[in-house]
Amino acid sequence: MNTTAVDIASNQPREYFCRTEPQAHNGSLLGFWFYLMNDCFIFSALFACVAVFGTSFAGGPTAAEVLDLNGLAVNTALLLVSSVTFGFAMLAMARQDKRGTLTWLAVSGVLAAVFVGLEIHEFVGMIAEGAGPERSAFLSTFFTLVGTHGLHVTLGVLWLIVLFTQVVRFGFTEANVRRLRCLSMFWHFLDLVWVGVFSYVYLIGVLR
Amino acid sequence: MSQSSSSHNAAAGHGDGMQAHQGSLRSYLTGFVLAAILTIIPFWLVMGHAFSSTKVATFVILALAVVQIFVHVIYFLHLDFRSEGGWNLMAFVFTAVMLVVVLGASVWVMFTENALMMPAQMNSTMSVPISR
Repeated sequence: MNTTAVDIASNQPREYFCRTEPQAHNGSLLGFWFYLMNDCFIFSALFACVAVFGTSFAGGPTAAEVLDLNGLAVNTALLLVSSVTFGFAMLAMARQDKRGTLTWLAVSGVLAAVFVGLEIHEFVGMIAEGAGPERSAFLSTFFTLVGTHGLHVTLGVLWLIVLFTQVVRFGFTEANVRRLRCLSMFWHFLDLVWVGVFSYVYLIGVLR
Repeated sequence: MSQSSSSHNAAAGHGDGMQAHQGSLRSYLTGFVLAAILTIIPFWLVMGHAFSSTKVATFVILALAVVQIFVHVIYFLHLDFRSEGGWNLMAFVFTAVMLVVVLGASVWVMFTENALMMPAQMNSTMSVPISR
């Protein structure tokens, strides 16, 4: 056909793919924001479960008996401080300060890792007391919601370790800057969800 | 159309995007202080038993949580009318509306159902018409 004649004339193999990505600048950040908003729906469904089953103790331990508010205060402080230190890492990145960025990233990561550690300790303690997720509807929803949040924080820490290595090896490449921005949004978002968790599940749960 | 808009973004959007998402030391510290205050008040309320009515305490804690969520969104996530040409805000508002529907409707439906399933209610409202 006609096209083959053109190909023979130019003597180039035809391409059926794009050599450049048709991606808008900063498009990842908006896309990641949409992902976070989607994540809100997961958490909203779990919060709705806690709202409905929050007092279904099935004769088992009540929220006031099993939830440890002192530990909660420590965890809340850890997550809030880690959110701010991640902000400092982003500010250091804006100054092209690699050492500062890595330091603040490490601080944020350690704080979040301690948070996860304390949460696992709390879960193990509750299960040992016979207040595991199978005991009552309240405990099932509690473990699902707080566990889902804890899983998010765990994956955030893993992501942070990967990006830490990336920045150490390759510095502030455009891709690394974009990835760090996305992780920063993720990090602040998890702290935001935690506000709902400690307010509604723990503090109001104890009152109900 | 897509060609011109993407080249525009590449040229002008880069600096804007950086500004919109970076925040400043001041914004992070303001956010931290506000968030800390909004966290300490509900903890003090519950742990210090500094309330007379459980209903009032619940309402106060919920209200403070909503305010703190906005503090986080504004000072940490830097959401405003300008970031990403307003799309961030649009998505956020849509999500907020949907959350109110999901949470509010779930609570409403389930509590109404619980109320109707109470044995006392059952006798008074449901026994008459069907079986006899």
